[in-house]
Amino acid sequence: MSAADTTTPAKVPPPRQAPPPPVAGNPRRARTSGGAATPWLLLAPCLLILALVLGYPLVRLVTLSFQKFGQSQLWGFLPAQWVGFDNFTGVLGDGEFWQVVVRTIVFAAGSVIFTMVLGMLIALLLQRVSGWMKTLVNIVLVASWGMPIIVATTVFKWLFDADYGILNALLSKLPGVELIGHNWFASGPQGLAVIMLLVVWGAVPFVVITLSAGLTQVPAELEEAARLDGAGSWGVFRYVTLPILKPIIVMLTTLSVIWDMGVFPQVFVMRNGHPEAEFQLLTTYSYDRAFVVNDYAQGSAIALITVVLLLGVVAVYMRQMLKIGEVE
Amino acid sequence: MSAITTGGPATTAGGPRKTKAGWNLLGLLVFLTAGFPVYWMLNTAIKPAKDTIDPDPSLFPTGFTLDNFRRALAIADFWGPVGRSLIVSVSVVAIGIVVGMLAALAISRFAFRGRKIVIVGILAVQMVPLVAMIIPIFLLLNDLEQYDKLSGLIITYLTFILPFTVWTLRGFIVNIPKELEEAAMVDGCSRTGAFIRVVFPLLAPGMVATSVYGFIQAWNEYLYALMLLSQKNQTATVWLGNFTTKHGTEYAPMMAGATMMAVPIVALFLLVQRKMAAGLTAGAVKG
Repeated sequence: MSAADTTTPAKVPPPRQAPPPPVAGNPRRARTSGGAATPWLLLAPCLLILALVLGYPLVRLVTLSFQKFGQSQLWGFLPAQWVGFDNFTGVLGDGEFWQVVVRTIVFAAGSVIFTMVLGMLIALLLQRVSGWMKTLVNIVLVASWGMPIIVATTVFKWLFDADYGILNALLSKLPGVELIGHNWFASGPQGLAVIMLLVVWGAVPFVVITLSAGLTQVPAELEEAARLDGAGSWGVFRYVTLPILKPIIVMLTTLSVIWDMGVFPQVFVMRNGHPEAEFQLLTTYSYDRAFVVNDYAQGSAIALITVVLLLGVVAVYMRQMLKIGEVE
Repeated sequence: MSAITTGGPATTAGGPRKTKAGWNLLGLLVFLTAGFPVYWMLNTAIKPAKDTIDPDPSLFPTGFTLDNFRRALAIADFWGPVGRSLIVSVSVVAIGIVVGMLAALAISRFAFRGRKIVIVGILAVQMVPLVAMIIPIFLLLNDLEQYDKLSGLIITYLTFILPFTVWTLRGFIVNIPKELEEAAMVDGCSRTGAFIRVVFPLLAPGMVATSVYGFIQAWNEYLYALMLLSQKNQTATVWLGNFTTKHGTEYAPMMAGATMMAVPIVALFLLVQRKMAAGLTAGAVKG
């Protein structure tokens, strides 16, 4: 951190004092009651929309998970009925739910670790390649970053197609490998590994581009000094680069956890809209309960559990963002 | 001693060049691997459909045809969904940028009680996993009779992009020195005048980048478009999603459809990504 501090003074914009100095020659404007209301007026439309379509549903999500809410409540034939913790005991007592939880955590952890490690390696690699190679790789990264998730999912489905997929054809060219006709989605773990690859492929560019930008901010003199003091490449990375990049890494990791725990369309479209039991993640499981089984309450309970699982990560991210944003 | 001194320059002359070539080789590997899915999409889209069901596919284009695109357009209505996606995305961005700008101004240029709570709140709602919200939002729009209406989808997307828009615009605004505005005000501008004449022009590139990013988000969204609109009102992403689920075996037109969806978006993305990534990290290194 101290290393980062040494780089800051030149870059920090003029600090904003909490009470702005009264504007010279216009004291009337600074102290009127209209002045105090202005920020709230400016904020009003934004807060209203967020309250209606995000705040209210969030409250509804909580209340729903303590109610009985199925088809008949949806159509208004029956009023929603309070059932206390029934939905939660039902969900938590279900062995399948725990399998889904473990699967989701393993899937998300795997995706995040691969994304971050690969992203860091590629960012470091880009520092070392020639300029033209860097441009080439950057173009490809931005192109894959910008690909709509649905498009990417469709393409991966085609790459991994059992009969005519290019991947099976290429792998079968290797000696001793015979994969023509191999269905990658016949087993859950294998299919989820393919989906993980898809998620990582889509997530790495953002990490690389952000880390690359961060790497340019690492002062060359610091690395030089460490090298003169006898540090090897690993030492320089571990004791100079990494500490400076730490805020970015924390932010990227927490964001990735939140995103990868929320993977939905990739699984949904890859499995043709009906993910099998061994492909279910918390998101698809909640969707399934609500819109396939028509138990909206239990679906909400599962979604709420997912949100609670993520709270810790969100807290870390928020702390980092607030630190970065210099909100104080 | 002399052996070392004579050996030194020789290795430094040959060494770095050799390692550079090694790094470039690795870079090429990354280029090929990361780029392959995009390449294969384009390649499948333009090659004759019969070559896509070749058990021993060629890695290189085997011909050039637009038949796959024609077939993709013929299988299911394409322009309807694209038109709807455009209406939704443009409305979301137009409303989002105005509303977001007002809010960003409030939290970046005014000191008021509760400012910090508002900022934390906006950051917090951004972190709510959207997939978790589908059930209550579906029920809400159902109650408001906004199910299967584009307006329902627009207001939903608005909440998805607003926190991000506010936060990014705020980042752009705080980087514009307040003294500029104050100078204009000393010279006789009103506060609004100072904003319009001084801040706004400086902010324009950031606003464009933020708008394009919001547009892409709205354009790419799948789950809510699938759940909140019926088949007859589907958007472009759902069109492509259904393509894979209903005509799954016809990969050539499917890749043509995927190409049509991806190319404009990737092009837009190339335009703004530098600005967006820079905006994010400019703050991050301040740590």
